Amino acid sequence: MNRGMLKFAAVALALSWMGLAMAAPDVGQAQKQPLNVHAIVMFFIFVMATLGITYWAAKRTKTASDYYSAGGGITGTQNGLAIAGDYMSAATLLGLTSMTYFQGFDGYIYCICFYVGWPFIMFIMAERLRNLGKFTFADITSYRLDQRRVRTVAAIGSLTVVVFYLIAQMVGAGQLIKLLFGMEYWMAVVIVGVLMVIYVTFGGMIATTWVQIIKACLLLGGGTLVMLLAFSQFGFSLETLATKAVENSKKGMALMAPGAFLSDPVTAVSLSLGLMFGTAGLPHILMRFFTVPNAKEARKSVFVATLCVGFFFTAVAIMGLAAITLVGMNPQYFEGGELGSKLLGGNNMPAMHLAHAVGGNMMLGFLSAVAFATILAVVAGLALAGASAISHDLYANVIRQGQATEADEVRVSKRSSLVLGVIAVLLGIVFEKQNVAFMVGLAFGVAASCNFPVLILSMYWKGLTTRGAIWGSIAGLVSAVLIVVLSKAVWVVVLGNEKPIFPYEQPALFSMPLAFFMAWLGSVTDTSVRAAREKEAFEDQYVRAQTGFGAAGAAAH
Amino acid sequence: MSTAVYERIRKNPKFDELVAKRSRFAWTLTAVVLGIYFIFIMIVAFKPKLLATPIWEGGTASIAWPIGAGMILLFWLLTGLYIRRANSEFDDINSEIIKGAIE
Repeated sequence: MNRGMLKFAAVALALSWMGLAMAAPDVGQAQKQPLNVHAIVMFFIFVMATLGITYWAAKRTKTASDYYSAGGGITGTQNGLAIAGDYMSAATLLGLTSMTYFQGFDGYIYCICFYVGWPFIMFIMAERLRNLGKFTFADITSYRLDQRRVRTVAAIGSLTVVVFYLIAQMVGAGQLIKLLFGMEYWMAVVIVGVLMVIYVTFGGMIATTWVQIIKACLLLGGGTLVMLLAFSQFGFSLETLATKAVENSKKGMALMAPGAFLSDPVTAVSLSLGLMFGTAGLPHILMRFFTVPNAKEARKSVFVATLCVGFFFTAVAIMGLAAITLVGMNPQYFEGGELGSKLLGGNNMPAMHLAHAVGGNMMLGFLSAVAFATILAVVAGLALAGASAISHDLYANVIRQGQATEADEVRVSKRSSLVLGVIAVLLGIVFEKQNVAFMVGLAFGVAASCNFPVLILSMYWKGLTTRGAIWGSIAGLVSAVLIVVLSKAVWVVVLGNEKPIFPYEQPALFSMPLAFFMAWLGSVTDTSVRAAREKEAFEDQYVRAQTGFGAAGAAAH
Repeated sequence: MSTAVYERIRKNPKFDELVAKRSRFAWTLTAVVLGIYFIFIMIVAFKPKLLATPIWEGGTASIAWPIGAGMILLFWLLTGLYIRRANSEFDDINSEIIKGAIE
């Protein structure tokens, strides 16, 4: 224990030194933005605060349950904020503001697609997740099925989602920090990787949750402030805001209606399916349901998270509309100071320029620091989910077949998070020059096709057997990945081929039904003795899912 | 944790009552949310011009924005509605069932 603390102090010290070194002025790099002192100071404060929390959390992390699920001791409101934090990445802030800036209402449609998974999770999943789960969602899918095989495919599904999502976040972090802080790309990626590993290995779920909560509050607060300042310049009138935006945008009235972005119905439906059910299959989100003490708090978490996410998306849409006038009409935000040329720093910058336009360098620095903090928190959540899939599912239950001690399991998890950190940094550097926009889509596609169908069937359908679960997961995983690889985003844009082999970019409409079908087919044709026993075991699982009796952490009642 | 307790809970008629009531309520709300959402997506895909209708005659701001915000607000309120009933009615029946089974 003491050695752990010492190690922690050493790493924290080394890191703060790195931070100081980083604050030294960096001259002579024309491409990067000038060093942003406000942002660095504020980010430094955030890092120190979160490291303090990690230290505090490390002292409270004694058992495997503390490590994976904060001992079930997080309240509904806290967990709701943390879920919202997990869900709102820097891509949400920058990408969706930018989408509204360029495309108008299409940006808000995208927000609504992202949002609508939440009520569904509330009505259909939240309570059952809490009542059946322990540390990972594979605890639920393998509840009455073959532990080894079902957990193996669930872990593969989780890790696939985590790695794709991590790459997207890492590359985003590197680019963003290079731009906002005036720092080298690789340095930014390394800092994110190191901090992520520290939070997860030392502080486990307790630290990850609190980092997430702080970040969620900062992001909500910062976003709201910029939105209010911007909106006030239009007298808080939607009509004035819209009129000005239409006047000042090349797109004109097209801003006010759905445009080309969703003009293809197949893509529209497939995208919305993927976003909606993908949310319900993201391992780092699902894990959050096991950190609260009971089903009641699980419900409250979703209620709070839904409010935060919905409010934030709306604020982001208003920011995008306001930026059309406040940023789009100000030559200082364009390359060469010329209106209509490229936006300084690229197309993802309207939110940042807007912060500068309404609050000067101070506000820009604040929002930059918030964006960086956001990335850190999201990667920490992802790393913990990935490490848990390795240690709890693969190591403890597949390799050691439930014979591993808690201490062993946690040790493996900490090592796994270190390995994941190294992989994430390396991949982040490898993919620097690549367009990784498709990776988040891929992560959601795999979550919706590989994780979600088997999870929901295991909770609702008595007939699901081990064979069905495995067929369903593999069919969903393979088809989702294959469709994305053969679509334009990878086949043409990344691999440089001339024509995509598969015409649609969004996999969910095709891969999700396939996964359900294969899970059904594999189950109904399974006449083994084991299958009969698995179906019988549904009864007990059903009672526990409904009443919460026997659920982990609820024993204190 | 024992199967015997689960068995007792299962045999309690109140358990069936709880499951039936809760399922009906949850699926109804789900159907409402999914229904509204897919109607919206269909309008976006097939009748996008409809959403361009101005809110105020001769104005610029389209009804698309308040409709979007209204959907977000409505869905959130529905989750609140579910919680209200779950926290009182459903949880009461639930704790009664469990109490009856372990005694």
